[in-house]
Amino acid sequence: MDATAAKVVSPATAVRPRGIAPVWAGAAVAFLLGSVVIGVAVGPIDLGLTGISTSLGELLRVPGVSSSLNATEESILWEIRMPRVVLAALVGGMLSLAGATYQGVFRNPLVDPYLLGVAAGAGLGATLAIAYLPAGLRDRQALPAAAFVGGALAVFLTYSVGRSTRGGRDTTTLVLAGVTVASFFTALQTFVQQQNADTLQQVYTWILGSIPSSGWSDVVLVLPYVALATVVILVYRRVVDVLSLGDEEAASLGVDVRRVRLVLVVAATVGTAAAVAICGLIGFVGIIVPHAIRMLAGVGYRALLPLSLIVGAGFLVLADVIARTALSPAEIPLGIVTAFFGAPFFALVLRTSRGAA
Amino acid sequence: MSGIELSSVTVVLGGRPVVDRIDLSVLEGEWVAVIGPNGAGKTTLLRAIARLVPFAGSIELGGRPTAAMRRSELSRLVAVVPQEPSTPPWMTVGEYVLLGRTPHLGPLAKEGRRDLEAAARALERLDLSGFDERPLGTLSGGEKQRVVVARALAQEARIILLDEPTAALDIGHQQQALDLLDVLRVESGLTLVAAMHDLTLAAQYAERMVLLDQGRAVADGLPRDVLTEETIARHYGASIDVVPVDGRVAVIPRRTSVRNT
Repeated sequence: MDATAAKVVSPATAVRPRGIAPVWAGAAVAFLLGSVVIGVAVGPIDLGLTGISTSLGELLRVPGVSSSLNATEESILWEIRMPRVVLAALVGGMLSLAGATYQGVFRNPLVDPYLLGVAAGAGLGATLAIAYLPAGLRDRQALPAAAFVGGALAVFLTYSVGRSTRGGRDTTTLVLAGVTVASFFTALQTFVQQQNADTLQQVYTWILGSIPSSGWSDVVLVLPYVALATVVILVYRRVVDVLSLGDEEAASLGVDVRRVRLVLVVAATVGTAAAVAICGLIGFVGIIVPHAIRMLAGVGYRALLPLSLIVGAGFLVLADVIARTALSPAEIPLGIVTAFFGAPFFALVLRTSRGAA
Repeated sequence: MSGIELSSVTVVLGGRPVVDRIDLSVLEGEWVAVIGPNGAGKTTLLRAIARLVPFAGSIELGGRPTAAMRRSELSRLVAVVPQEPSTPPWMTVGEYVLLGRTPHLGPLAKEGRRDLEAAARALERLDLSGFDERPLGTLSGGEKQRVVVARALAQEARIILLDEPTAALDIGHQQQALDLLDVLRVESGLTLVAAMHDLTLAAQYAERMVLLDQGRAVADGLPRDVLTEETIARHYGASIDVVPVDGRVAVIPRRTSVRNT
């Protein structure tokens, strides 16, 4: 029995768990929907909002609505633009969510999802595939697989190195192990790249990141990993707030810190590795989106994580629109766009709101 | 059943025994002050009781060894008020106190009515009603300290370990905090083990004192028996007078112009 319960019968104060404020949830969802509309509407061929909405209406079997688009336009909408927008949304949401998760788990607002070496590992895997596999095989199947395996392997090594040292519970050890493993993998990757100078262009393009226009197949490839990672992270989001008190206090509050951290890191890494495997290294999303939300809405991880997912999705859809239209028909690498537009925006947020981080 | 039973507890940190073969038995409802010079092992002893540091020997709570408990089960029995708790400035008082419910929730559950009520009760007990929407970054040192104690109360553990609970407070707030803890102890039957530096203050509240020096328990008993001029001189290297006040004792430092041996 607890004695404190018996003492005061009905407290006058009401404590509410602070979830997502409806204003911010609404703003985030509106931002994502707006981005998706822009993403499917903008392109070399103008589909028009009427065309898009009637086509959607027909697809959803709304009575009396039939698409005003012709067959070619239908196919541009549903086979080219929509899958690319969905893929950008999945990857952007995943990278932001993973970034916010890493920041909470490592109690460091400056870490990104590539912290534990997933980028360097994926880079090595992709470079090996580009350098040594026959051209027909490498693009659609082998490259993502090699990048995924490389990324996962690097993070596994980071964890093993970080744990085998004395005091391996410490997050600092793990971060240093990540730096070590990333340096080693980058060295290998650069070596392979130098040995195969003819593939330099292709490796470079991959490293700068892009959303492929490959129809629904890549969406199908990425979706299971992103879905799994998202569910795990969102289910554990309350614990991330507890972890923000530090390992020892979290432990004294009953959290099995090592196990929870492992679960969250594995989930974030698997999702990130899948995103990187398809789209290359798109930088900045994982830091800028959670930070912008933190500064605007000033929220704990419980609300930050779902908001990062939604806003990150919208952010990358918009960035991809710019990447494919600014110098059309050429494409700007997506990593350049996210940094070019993200950094000034971040600077603006940084200047206009202080103290909330 | 919330007694604490330590037998031959040793904690080795950096190759050195920081806590050295300590036997200690704390009764339910007791207030025990752990005193001793800097580096004597006070904080480490508290951390061992909460299983936050690996130890040799055995620690039992209510007759059950802590080593066999799940982390959440242990945290339902023991709450910790750390010396320097981390208080993320963006977190609201309400959210922070609700974190105290974590051991009752498991990793996946959401807070239910019971948890919200426990948090509200804790806030009310510490005169923090109406504070629940305030971010921690806007609180004063004394308010923060109360919020941390409120989190420990919301945890509804029968044992509370306090590490220098009054270190950051002025004399008025020290008194308020300790008075409050004493009221809670008596009303709710809590067991308190507190590491304390201020010997006079410790002597006013604790029923029992354990003096640690170099990881060993060198004295254990009533404050007036532990706080003697010889004991303090030997273990703190301090020259003091012990003055009886209303059945309790006060420790007054004596100015020495010659080196005290």
